[in-house]
Amino acid sequence: MSGGHKNNHRHDHDHGDHSHLSDMDARIRALESLLVEKGYIESAAVDEIVELYETKIGPRNGAHVVAKAWTEPEFEKWLREDATAAIHSLGYTSRQGEHMVAVFNSEDTHHMVVCTLCSCYPWSVLGLPPTWYKSPPYRSRSVIDPRGVLKEFGTVIPENTAVEVHDSTAETRYLVIPQQPAGTENWTAEQLQKLITRNSMIGTSFALTPEQVK
Amino acid sequence: MKAPDLHALEGMVLDGDEPVFNEPWEAQAFAMTVALHKKGTFTWEEWARALSSEIHSGEARDYYDHWLTALEKLAATKNLTTPGALKTREQEWHQAAARTPHGKAIEL
Repeated sequence: MSGGHKNNHRHDHDHGDHSHLSDMDARIRALESLLVEKGYIESAAVDEIVELYETKIGPRNGAHVVAKAWTEPEFEKWLREDATAAIHSLGYTSRQGEHMVAVFNSEDTHHMVVCTLCSCYPWSVLGLPPTWYKSPPYRSRSVIDPRGVLKEFGTVIPENTAVEVHDSTAETRYLVIPQQPAGTENWTAEQLQKLITRNSMIGTSFALTPEQVK
Repeated sequence: MKAPDLHALEGMVLDGDEPVFNEPWEAQAFAMTVALHKKGTFTWEEWARALSSEIHSGEARDYYDHWLTALEKLAATKNLTTPGALKTREQEWHQAAARTPHGKAIEL
């Protein structure tokens, strides 16, 4: 486990670690829970519609951040030192004002991110979380057997590459910076953005290769 | 059942041909509306009118804030719930969140 997870345990002992719902979040939960209880709608049907639409949204803001890091060494440096400020400089801020940490994938280390609550997801950068991201099995199995979970996503991590699992908290959210695919050295940031998927920024997959977007 | 015509909605933010959400609750509000419409609870025209009336209410709110307000009101108009029940339940969710340690799912 990474330092991120240890931090989470430290936070367990302070009162700020309890959950908080925004007013809008509480209102939507109120309406949905009442309508579900009375049988006017089914949670599963609502989730299905969300799933359908969330895949259309695309993590464009995050892709912008990653492509900029790939093409501008100065920005990459800033992102490593102070991801919160670097990301905010592009106009992507969240209302909660949480701390962002960028973790960079390399030949040595592959990073992936887990959290049980969608409220811990950096949606201002990544759009909406996929429904599996909130599922307890994804989180618990990622912690026990990250390589196995990654394999299910079709992502095979070489034996000599370490896998670090980061647990997002209400205070700290992670953005995975995937490795830039080979053969894209002369690409513009705009072209590169097409290679950067949401899952590559959660760390469940790699960035797409040039062949995959042809 | 055909998909609702999103273009019939005033101010709908479409990227290409799909609605854009900024936060998860917005997607939830959107999806609940589509689900209720699918069940025949209201017609898409009724929904478009309810949303339009919020947008023209003069209240300075974000688009999906208008959306959720319209949905709460339409749900009350259709006798699915009442403003009082919503308010009480909203408080219950806040209380549930306050007693839930981080990392655990929030339950009533």
